[in-house]
Amino acid sequence: MAFSEDQQQFADVAERFFGDKSTPTEVRRLMASDVGYDAEVWRQLAHEVGLTGTHLPEAYGGFGFGAVELGITCQAMGRHLYCGPFFASSVMAAHAVLNNGSEAQREALLPGIAAGTSIAALVLDDLSDPARVGMSIQADANGRLSGAAQLVADAHVADLLIVAARAADAVALFMVDAAQPGVKVTAQNCLDPTRRMARVQLDDVSAERLGNGPADLSLLWDQMCTALAHEMVGGAERLFETTVEYMKMRVQFGRVIGSFQALKHRCADLLLELELARAATHEAARYLATGAGDAFAPNLAKALASDAYISIAKQAIQLRGGIGFTWEEDTHLWYKRAKASEVFLGTSNWHREEMIRRMEVAHGG
Amino acid sequence: MADDRIQEIRDEVGAWLDAHWDVRRSLGEWRELLVEEGWAAPAWPKAYFGRDYNEAEAAAVAAVFYEKGAIGAAQQGPGRLASHTLLVHGTDAQKRRYLRPILTGEHAWCQLFSEPGSGSDLAGLTTKAERVGDKWVINGQKVWNTSAHHARYGILVARTDWDVPKHQGISYFVIDMHQPGVEVRPLRQMNGHASFNEVFFSDAEVPAQDLVGSEGEGWTIAGTTLSVERQGFSQSRDGGRARNLEGPIYDEYRQELAIALEPYTWYPQREGRVDLLFERAVANGAIDDPHVRQELAKAIGLKRAAQLAAEAAAAKRRAGQRVVPEGSVGKLAASVIARQANHVHTLISGPQALLAGPDSELGGIVAEVLLSTPAISIAGGTDEIQKNIISERVLGFPKEPRFDTGPFRDVPRNVSQTGKQEG
Repeated sequence: MAFSEDQQQFADVAERFFGDKSTPTEVRRLMASDVGYDAEVWRQLAHEVGLTGTHLPEAYGGFGFGAVELGITCQAMGRHLYCGPFFASSVMAAHAVLNNGSEAQREALLPGIAAGTSIAALVLDDLSDPARVGMSIQADANGRLSGAAQLVADAHVADLLIVAARAADAVALFMVDAAQPGVKVTAQNCLDPTRRMARVQLDDVSAERLGNGPADLSLLWDQMCTALAHEMVGGAERLFETTVEYMKMRVQFGRVIGSFQALKHRCADLLLELELARAATHEAARYLATGAGDAFAPNLAKALASDAYISIAKQAIQLRGGIGFTWEEDTHLWYKRAKASEVFLGTSNWHREEMIRRMEVAHGG
Repeated sequence: MADDRIQEIRDEVGAWLDAHWDVRRSLGEWRELLVEEGWAAPAWPKAYFGRDYNEAEAAAVAAVFYEKGAIGAAQQGPGRLASHTLLVHGTDAQKRRYLRPILTGEHAWCQLFSEPGSGSDLAGLTTKAERVGDKWVINGQKVWNTSAHHARYGILVARTDWDVPKHQGISYFVIDMHQPGVEVRPLRQMNGHASFNEVFFSDAEVPAQDLVGSEGEGWTIAGTTLSVERQGFSQSRDGGRARNLEGPIYDEYRQELAIALEPYTWYPQREGRVDLLFERAVANGAIDDPHVRQELAKAIGLKRAAQLAAEAAAAKRRAGQRVVPEGSVGKLAASVIARQANHVHTLISGPQALLAGPDSELGGIVAEVLLSTPAISIAGGTDEIQKNIISERVLGFPKEPRFDTGPFRDVPRNVSQTGKQEG
């Protein structure tokens, strides 16, 4: 569907911001840094542009927009490989609080996240399948948590942890002050240094359960995957554009390589993949915003966006030839994000399996 | 106000139908009346059986016809291509003579464009038209001609000048199919249907006044025909409704439709019938195979995403935003979808895919899918042509080098079966 005029303006603002603040030079500087993000840019994106709370309700300090606007932000971030805890805090943790928190808990936690003054991380002990979450972290009878998660996005810079843990009745979500003794966070050496993962060890730490019910991991997964798909589509778009531009400049055998039919046709195939991924991804945001459409929309978005991003990333290197494999050239920055996103929150195979499972549910099977 | 105008039109056509629509009339008699009043083709000019209505106004007329169960003009198939082309490029005499029987259904038409030697490269055609006195004499062969076996007239492109570059030596004609020099043979396809024909011209004749446009202008005029063709055959809405209604005129109409639509019965199978996959897999237990589940999800996901992409492009166009030529992307998507659907149907069927015909799965529909999807990546422009279009017009890559820009006489061509170069 076409963006409204306001949405288009918002997209332009986001694109300008990240195009300006997240240049390849800056991304390389942050990749090499300890924390992996720039605190001043974070302050600007939270305070001056207000992106951290775009999609959160006004009652909790947000702007009250929804999944479509969040998608616009993520797509722009993905285009420019923004390095920072936005996805961990504003997408993963914020949705967990919004879905499961009591009114008082939302009021206590969300305004800080929306303002960017609090950085939250969502501790999931499995990133491949929501049904496997809660195997490694347990809540005891007093609600104290113990266990570990190996791959927690941006936990190394978080002051608040939202932890999925197995309680007596169900897998539930808990809020944990990251500063307390018993919480040990160790930064990991990441294949994609533009999104940091950390190991979180909890030894009998005090926690407060979010709400009374089980963690709504299914909804949370849909929300996270839809946002992630937007990031991936943004990255794939940008990488495809720079590859096509390169092919119009690079001359071999007396002609630009973009004049060879084998390469032209390969690019046409990639454009098709990208167009389909983009359409499915925007549909997933619309589905979350309105509730109308196929229940598998977020799965389709993640599967197609992931496949398209990887196809384009591989070809972006191949079509550049030797230079594409060098550290100096920027292509590997996107390739690494594509690879990391491919296995983050479920592979394409997992999402396709989930599509069929959901169709069976709808079918009454 | 546009809305008032639409309501006015609805009232007018509604009152007219209340006074005149009668299921006991013959179809021919009814259509003559429609043409007389301009209701057969309200979007056409007043001078030629229409009412000068815009798209929205014509749609309002169609909607009232639909509501009242009234039958509209006969516009199925290639007749639509002919009428739209003649409206733009035809002489006054051609329009007066040919358009009316297209609307009434008296005359079926066929399109005589493709040739055995020029498929993707239509402009390389070698059917000859030579001027002899006040006639053109036609020799050569056409192929893929839907409805040619019952067509009264054809729209024909043929070469009239061999000494200029290929696109400049082509002319556009109306040809009478009922003459000794025209032979029509059915062309059987690999799926067993014969939806098309081959047409052979041996000194067939076209009177000078049936040249459309001027000599050498044929390629441009063919462009008009092809653009109408690309918009697809949107079946008029009254048709769908009338099929379920009772009365002599509907019986006659259903017969007409059956003949007109017969060549297209396998077209849904050509697209792969993704709609059948899930139910089939559940029904025969293939749904329990993890590999089938993966491939099934790919097919369903591609189909859904392609629909969404088409909707997104349409919405952008409506909002006046710039849209990349998505037609070729959609066409390419259809090929990928059909291939994947064929693959999944095969996985689901297993050994049952050994069978075809009415006693095979779904009364032969599955077998027909397996034998029809190869057509989708060829018909209407091959995948390879679509990829050229996408890479050149959307992505801006250089065009393919050309070896056919000189006089057509010197351009390398296919060798015919007699061992001579065609032409």
